[in-house]
Amino acid sequence: MIRVEHPGLYSSIQDQGRSGQQEYGVPVSGVMDAFSASLANTLVGNQQGEAVIEMTLQGPKLRFESPAMVSVVGANFTPVINGHLNHMNRAFNLKEGDLLSFERPTRGIRAYIAIAGGLNVDDVMGSKSMFAGITNQSRLQKNDCISIKNVKRDSITRNAGIKMKDRMTQQILHVYEGPEFELLTDLQKEAIMATNFTISNENNRMAYQLIERIPNKLPELITSMVMPGTVQLTPAGKIIILMRDCQTTGGYPRILQLSEESINLLAQKFSQDTIRFSLKNYM
Amino acid sequence: MKQYQLKYKRFGTRSILIEWPKKIDQYILFDVLAFKTSIKFHYIKQKVRINHAYNSILICYDNSIDNIYNTLSDLKDLYLKSESTQLSSRTLWKIPVCYDQYFGIDLERISKEKKLTIEEIISIHSQEKYLLYFNGFLPGFMYLGGLKSSLFMPRLDKPRSQIKAGDVAIGGNQTGVYPQTSPGGWNIIGNSPLKFFNVQKEMPCIAAAGDSIQFCPITIEEHQTIKKKIEEGAYEINKVLLDD
Repeated sequence: MIRVEHPGLYSSIQDQGRSGQQEYGVPVSGVMDAFSASLANTLVGNQQGEAVIEMTLQGPKLRFESPAMVSVVGANFTPVINGHLNHMNRAFNLKEGDLLSFERPTRGIRAYIAIAGGLNVDDVMGSKSMFAGITNQSRLQKNDCISIKNVKRDSITRNAGIKMKDRMTQQILHVYEGPEFELLTDLQKEAIMATNFTISNENNRMAYQLIERIPNKLPELITSMVMPGTVQLTPAGKIIILMRDCQTTGGYPRILQLSEESINLLAQKFSQDTIRFSLKNYM
Repeated sequence: MKQYQLKYKRFGTRSILIEWPKKIDQYILFDVLAFKTSIKFHYIKQKVRINHAYNSILICYDNSIDNIYNTLSDLKDLYLKSESTQLSSRTLWKIPVCYDQYFGIDLERISKEKKLTIEEIISIHSQEKYLLYFNGFLPGFMYLGGLKSSLFMPRLDKPRSQIKAGDVAIGGNQTGVYPQTSPGGWNIIGNSPLKFFNVQKEMPCIAAAGDSIQFCPITIEEHQTIKKKIEEGAYEINKVLLDD
């Protein structure tokens, strides 16, 4: 059992999300940086899609009321055990009564806490991912208790660790043409590919908005499907990049689609960070 | 013979978007639904997710599409072979709505602007059978077609920060129900005591695409009674099977 002594700024339980439920208007949700989350799971011997705790900007304080093997992967939220610094990117053991807290990250904004065996949380519509209106809570709160699944001690990979190359400073996002890309003028296409875009304060699990605008005369569409990674261009010329908790449908032209890894990379960006798009061809 | 010329587009490495002519039209919807059924059947042994909107279908595969030419030509063949516009078991759902001004906080403004009495607004709004094109946007939100043009009302300049779950509203040329408490810019004309999204149910939304929705006026007292019955799990929505 883990007791949440402080929830941090925005911490939630996430897994691979609810793909397949979009015809009910249910967002996909799931871990924002899927690459980091699956590494965290691998380090403690879990399936890659096991539910983890996603923390944002400021980590939670977690009291372990039973022993557990844990790993932390993502932005450099250095783990602190009872006041002593520990390592990111490797599995470590916690004893009953240990307090796990985190340093504030300096590169990237999200990281994942995986616990060997996984979290014993109910599935709602095929997923443990928290989302307002689907699960009871949209994020962790003070004094929440999270139960941990029992794990066979001998199934644990001991001292597993990895060396990570730094993904957090990567500015290039690989994109593919979206369904309405062909409607853009050559000037617009050029501007979109040549601009260093700045991430605005409007950035969260639903979407990232960019500050620089692209002059635009494209009208809105008849409402159609969107998905995480879809880049929309509004009539006012604003660029909105949809993220994991995005709505299922929308009416703005879908000019680009981020690659899976670029969604993960963008999830580590914050207000005032800059990005550039790099267009890839469909094979 | 298929009457629509479809467009097939790649949408990311794992998805294909299929588009019908840019129109909101019930015959397009029926064709979309028929093709969606054939696609589901075609991929029955594969993990593929299929969703649709007014005039489009999105197919999401679990992995990157290896051979796009084969995949597209399979889909095109499938469309030509799929049975057209036979919809099975469509349902008309009768949704109770209290249009009392206690809930319908924008009725008076609409009445002045549209030069209709409040009774006329209610009567026009509740006579129509609205076609459900799809559930989308947020959990349990229904995209309905068929609002009479005499009730078209622009969205509010400044959206309200909190709209009650069940509020029935008009936004531009659309009408709909807010399934959960949320911000919103539509004009509120009433409230339904029903729950429009329930994660406990296998079908979490009330109705499916192709069904119809009719709003039935109820009094404040009936609104309270129904609300109580729903909490007790003792309420069943009135429905009629359509066989057109």
